[in-house]
Amino acid sequence: MDILLQQIINGLVLGSMYALIALGYTMVYGIIQLINFAHGEVLMFGALISWTCVGYMQANMSYLPGWAMLLISMVIACILAAVLNYWIEKVAYKRLRNSPRLAPLITAIGMSLFLQTVAMMIWKPTYKPYPVLLPVEPHLIGGAVITTMQILILAITAVSLAAMVYLVSYTRLGRAMRATAESPNVAALMGVKPDFVISATFVIGAVLAAIAGVMWAANYGTVFHTMGFLPGLKAFTAAVFGGIGNLPGAVVGGLLLGLIEAIGSGYIGDFTGGVLGSQYTDIFAFIVLIIILTLRPSGLLGERVADRA
Amino acid sequence: MNKNMTKKIAWAVGLILLPLILQQFGNAWVRIADLTLLYVMLALGLNIVVGYAGLLDLGYVAFYAVGAFGYALLASPHLTENFPAIAAMFPQGLHISVWWAIPLALLLAACTGVLLGIPVLKLRGDYLAIVTLGFGEIIRIFMNNLDQPINITNGPKGIANVDPVQMFGVNFAKPHTIFGFEIPSVTLYFYLFVVLMLFTVLICYRLQDSRIGRAWMAIREDEIAAKAMGINTRNMKLLAFGMGASFGGVCGVMFGAFQSFVSPESFSLMESIMIVSMVVLGGLGHIPGVILGAILLAALPEVLRYVAGPLQEMTGGRLDAAILRQLLIASAMIVVMLLRPRGLWPSPEHGKSVARKS
Repeated sequence: MDILLQQIINGLVLGSMYALIALGYTMVYGIIQLINFAHGEVLMFGALISWTCVGYMQANMSYLPGWAMLLISMVIACILAAVLNYWIEKVAYKRLRNSPRLAPLITAIGMSLFLQTVAMMIWKPTYKPYPVLLPVEPHLIGGAVITTMQILILAITAVSLAAMVYLVSYTRLGRAMRATAESPNVAALMGVKPDFVISATFVIGAVLAAIAGVMWAANYGTVFHTMGFLPGLKAFTAAVFGGIGNLPGAVVGGLLLGLIEAIGSGYIGDFTGGVLGSQYTDIFAFIVLIIILTLRPSGLLGERVADRA
Repeated sequence: MNKNMTKKIAWAVGLILLPLILQQFGNAWVRIADLTLLYVMLALGLNIVVGYAGLLDLGYVAFYAVGAFGYALLASPHLTENFPAIAAMFPQGLHISVWWAIPLALLLAACTGVLLGIPVLKLRGDYLAIVTLGFGEIIRIFMNNLDQPINITNGPKGIANVDPVQMFGVNFAKPHTIFGFEIPSVTLYFYLFVVLMLFTVLICYRLQDSRIGRAWMAIREDEIAAKAMGINTRNMKLLAFGMGASFGGVCGVMFGAFQSFVSPESFSLMESIMIVSMVVLGGLGHIPGVILGAILLAALPEVLRYVAGPLQEMTGGRLDAAILRQLLIASAMIVVMLLRPRGLWPSPEHGKSVARKS
């Protein structure tokens, strides 16, 4: 039972980070039907910026407590990542809004490569240890352990998600976003400025990705220039899992994917009598994804969209 | 002799002379040309799935891997070393001939393609993309980890000592002397790949103008309308997956024989993404465009490796050659797509009759 509880905790922590990243994918997809391949790189930039900030603060402002450093660096990372994503959209996607659908996908892939290379030039292509900023003593909950960092991740995710729900459901901007996702042309006729809404979407997505990136770095303890790839891929999977374009779907998909991975990697050895080990975790996630999509071709919460003529 | 014929002969002479000229600068350049040809074939194969049938496949490299590993297993000492039973069955060691390997790989890859196609038939657009991507990763992870409990793929270490191509009594791994000229192994492979590529191009053109090709394009443009016109969309989609995959499988065999070494590392997701980029960058569904895209994205990075050296010295060694190369490729992808969203050399706008009139 303890192992199960432990895996559930690990899964929720992992899943909440996936959920934050997946929200960025799904929001962009909902509005301009683009898989933003560079999203993982925004996360990577967030993590590396925060690494630089923490390094600077540890050298020059060592009187600050660890949690303060983490939060300050996170805020700086969010702001810079938002600026970065704003420009990514302006440079690489804006001109291609009415072109064939695969064209922006290729610029997104190019952008992703470009950002990785730039990161390699700024931060050197090495693995860098992310300093330990929070006390490491684990807390015991019913036989399972949870670190302070993991509690913080769950808390920050909950706050971010609540803020997102408020933003999308109750604010003017949120209404504009939903309207644009529904139909850009009609929204424009109603006085919504599509350019502004799209930029806002990219900025919000970048903030969420940067938060996830900083937490990812602090949780796993290393930062490097290709660190955005795997979380990006998994979060995209999570977004599709939940039904791409659907905000609650991204959260549900992220959390479920995290749980499936954690529980899968914990038990896969027992299931198969030791034939398959935890190195097959990724396979587990993808196989579940394929099964779900076969049964529900639009994802868990995705609406059955009628074929457009 | 008409103009068309002259053009064809000029191309043929050019292709025959190209490796002989490149050879003067070192075999590394011919190698680049060889690999570029492989990518051209891969891109043409993927073009069937993405360009003709409009199914975005982000796991194409899986079929390439199936072909490469299939050949590597049947034409290397790996299986006989690890399984005494197989060693007993083949006392001379396992050395499958290329003549058998190609149809086998074709069949195996096509089956894999259809197998992948069945569960994803109902999926559309981006859902399809992520499932094919996942499928590619699944194949790669299996290849990376199938060294235990029984050693099938030798894991991340890969399979070495794969037999080279042997055709008409010619061993492609050794240099041959014809009329006093020494033709190194890479040049021999170049000619083999050129022949294969021309064959691929021919098949693609025939497919494109066939009933099947038109059915694929109808599905790409509007699936429901295609269905209404009596096209069996299910079978046609499966056929597209199978056909595309079989090209990948054959390329895999060639890759394994050419490199004499295969490892899961060569079949990463990035490879799939690069092949998709070749197709889209060149011009979706347009054969000359796809070839151009493949040549650019496959050869450019390698050529830049040589050009980047002097540039690196100019900037005082601050810019690593590898970094510079990646930077240029990435910017090229963005800039080309921004300036030419339909690809570098797109197919003429709808309706060939309009284009022919002029």
